[in-house]
Amino acid sequence: MTEKSTLRAIASLIPPGSRVLDLGCGDGSLLAHLQAERGCTGYGIEYDDANVLACVRRGVNVLQLNLEDGLAIFEDNSFDVVLQIDTLQHLRNAEVMLRETARIGKQGVVAFPNFAHWPNRLSILQGRMPVTKRLPYQWYDTPNIRVGTFKDFEVLAIKNKLRILDSFGLQNGHVQRLLPNALAGTAVFHFEHA
Amino acid sequence: MSFVATPQSMHFPEALPLKSGASIRDYHLAFETYGELNADRSNAILVCHALNASHHVAGSYEGQPKSEGWWDNMIGPGKAVDTNKFFVIGVNNLGSCFGSTGPMHINPDTGKVYGADFPVMTVEDWVNAQARLLDRLGVTQLAAVLGGSLGGMQALSWTLQHPERMRHAVVVASAPCLSAENIAFNEVARRAIVTDPDFHGGHFYEHRVVPKRGLRIARMIGHITYLSDDVMNQKFGRQLREGMDLKYSTQDVEFQIESYLRYQGDKFSDYFDANTYLLITRALDYFDPAKADGGDLTQSLAVAKAKFMLVSFTTDWRFSPARSREIVKALLDNRCTVSYAEIDAPHGHDAFLLDDARYMGVMRSYFENIANELNTAPATKEAA
Repeated sequence: MTEKSTLRAIASLIPPGSRVLDLGCGDGSLLAHLQAERGCTGYGIEYDDANVLACVRRGVNVLQLNLEDGLAIFEDNSFDVVLQIDTLQHLRNAEVMLRETARIGKQGVVAFPNFAHWPNRLSILQGRMPVTKRLPYQWYDTPNIRVGTFKDFEVLAIKNKLRILDSFGLQNGHVQRLLPNALAGTAVFHFEHA
Repeated sequence: MSFVATPQSMHFPEALPLKSGASIRDYHLAFETYGELNADRSNAILVCHALNASHHVAGSYEGQPKSEGWWDNMIGPGKAVDTNKFFVIGVNNLGSCFGSTGPMHINPDTGKVYGADFPVMTVEDWVNAQARLLDRLGVTQLAAVLGGSLGGMQALSWTLQHPERMRHAVVVASAPCLSAENIAFNEVARRAIVTDPDFHGGHFYEHRVVPKRGLRIARMIGHITYLSDDVMNQKFGRQLREGMDLKYSTQDVEFQIESYLRYQGDKFSDYFDANTYLLITRALDYFDPAKADGGDLTQSLAVAKAKFMLVSFTTDWRFSPARSREIVKALLDNRCTVSYAEIDAPHGHDAFLLDDARYMGVMRSYFENIANELNTAPATKEAA
């Protein structure tokens, strides 16, 4: 999910000058982009050693923490935007983390692989769990322990009283607004707490 | 083979007021510098030392190849803290037994050895003494203050006492204050020393003896707390020293770990000063920057201007990651620039002195960024 166009599509949702918290920030490329192109400030949370090092090398503020341990370190509404880009699907406690995102940030942006993307549906119809570029793992060794769909997230968002400001699919870096649940490999939601 | 280090000493005749209300005058600070101070004096890095260390941070002394500085694995030409780019200053704190004025020196007020009368030092006092040394060296603003453990507390204290005089604080394996358990360990160590019959109320120099028994025990306790259970088990397990049989004695050294601790204790009691041990552990106990703000570290750190890099080690139970996270939280609350690495190393508190690729990688990258900053942003103008 580090292709330039994908990065830009997500970055476009974040108001210039925002104070950003990026949960599962990876190598820090999105934060670096937001700092350089949109005058944002902020921090990334990352658990993986190599990613932490990559962030430090880039000069991106990174905090090495395990998201599963919770986010009590952050005060309510202390960030303009909290990001969960390709993070939700790795979390045991995905719903709690979504609520935490809404607690800490005035707004949230979540992106995750859309399991209802048509190639995945086709694979299921053929009786096999999908293995694609976007979901490249076998069912028995995947780190993506929470697979959901574009539509599923809408339901979860409403359940947690999140107001969706915008949502779209991303396919090969292009924004997909027509039938995103079927035609996009990635689901993107921009929300605030109602 | 590391480079040659040369110890230096600076005399300060004027009195330094101390936090306790006392003051100290006519004192010396031992220090070492490596690398060159650049033209705009912006590349200086101060390294604050931990409990039983000194100004000898890196390099070796002439003709003594085994005398490497205690952070020689991290500091030197081409190393993570690169002395080809930085002017690194190691300074020995007041009260130490490694060159700076301490309890074994003459008190100018009495003409007698200080002994137990050496004033109680605090982390804040050390920082102020270090600031005076920097004044003399012509360093107005430090590129960074770097310290591990007690050194990390000094780095933290620097950001509160002299926020304008530094750009980065690198705080490794440290804590915002000691826990009750930490103080308890220190107290046991101190009691071991002061109850040694050779201690003589701290005036043992006059009796030409050293309270070695106390120092040995103090060091054994300290040593246990610096290691992790895993490392101890891996290194010693339940191995017996000789043969495979139990001796059914309660006095003899039987397990390897006993032998190791006694060896470490013996070695320590040969070179460390008892009064210094008492002083430094007390300074550790007292350090609590949040105290003035009713325990609110966020409020205390509001004055900090530095950019922070914190590092902790997962198996460090003496200065656990949770303690570093307290500092991180207070910095986040103040919207400070901060990064934090929690290194999954097995070695306990000692990890901060050892080579770990992840740890060294983070340190190297962070200091490379500081070095790059020097080329783009010159030091702020000297205050009028």
